Amino acid sequence: MIFLQLYYEFFKIGLFSIGGGLASLPFLYKLAERQPTWFSAQNIVDMLAISESTPGPIGINMATYPGFVTAGPFGGIIATLGEVSPSIIIICIIARFLDQFDKNPRVKDAFYGLRSAVIGLIIYAGSKIFAVTLLDMGSIRYIEVILFVILFALAMKFRKVHPLIWIVLGAVLGLLLKLPS
Amino acid sequence: MMKKEKTTLWQLYATFLKIGGLTFGGGYAMLPMLQREVITNNRWVTEEELLDIYAIGQVTPGIIAINTASLIGYRMRGVLGSIIATLGEVTPSLVIITLLASVLTQFQENLLVQRAFGGIRVAVCALIAQSIITLFKKSIVDLPTLILCLVTVVGTIFLHLSPLVFVIVGILFGLGVQSLKRRNAE
Repeated sequence: MIFLQLYYEFFKIGLFSIGGGLASLPFLYKLAERQPTWFSAQNIVDMLAISESTPGPIGINMATYPGFVTAGPFGGIIATLGEVSPSIIIICIIARFLDQFDKNPRVKDAFYGLRSAVIGLIIYAGSKIFAVTLLDMGSIRYIEVILFVILFALAMKFRKVHPLIWIVLGAVLGLLLKLPS
Repeated sequence: MMKKEKTTLWQLYATFLKIGGLTFGGGYAMLPMLQREVITNNRWVTEEELLDIYAIGQVTPGIIAINTASLIGYRMRGVLGSIIATLGEVTPSLVIITLLASVLTQFQENLLVQRAFGGIRVAVCALIAQSIITLFKKSIVDLPTLILCLVTVVGTIFLHLSPLVFVIVGILFGLGVQSLKRRNAE
């Protein structure tokens, strides 16, 4: 049954995404590959745009949205509950039994490696996002690539600017340039 | 833990509802809101306690914002408090995303919406590239971390291995490399 499956899949994503909003992306891509009828790689890019420009933690928005696309409003609720369940269980155990968990030298050692693996995983998710946006069946979409270079340079120069501004700018340019090219 | 007895579940729910509704972006964006709500307004924890809670939220599985909410909820009212604080934190996402998603699914065939999203996707690429560079500078600190990062990229993109493999490899790699470093130092 779809709701049980959704709960299970997002429980796994919640359990394995460690350290920040984009960490769940690689797992969402794997899920889209395994369950192509749920949502597509392109869906994920659009969901990410909405998730970055609306209130609420990105990780939660990125559970509610795919859940909704897969199985309607109730699907969104179930996916979100699945995503937060491991947090509640693990936090309650740690709070009860493992005082000073974050100060443990072994935890710090593990994070030294984990963080660099997570960046590799975000690069993997990014490559999927770049592929659906900047390429069209293997050929390069030149207008998108030029626009990407300009927006990236601007985002690197003006780091304090809220992501929402770049997304709105992207929408306006998309309308003016009649994208996707 | 200063006002433990007086905190009601409703207060927990309402406070985290507010934090969830006013946080844009990832877990890092919520710290200023958390400070105002749980330290200044409610006096549930001290500044030092909050930083510890936040650190635990970053090193446990799951979304940082949710881990932080459940830990504060747990400290105030036990397991039930943890659940209620988490539900408060996710409520704004559930409402806003559900409304927006139902509107957008109706207009996804519309030409103007498609063009706007054609540009939005490019902006998302730029934002992801920006995040990758920021995270890379912060976490790739030496040769072993650079190698692990490259191995992860090759393994996922070209060998199609599961991301989970590299979460586990990353943990073992961190433990192994650091204990080797320590042994060499002795």
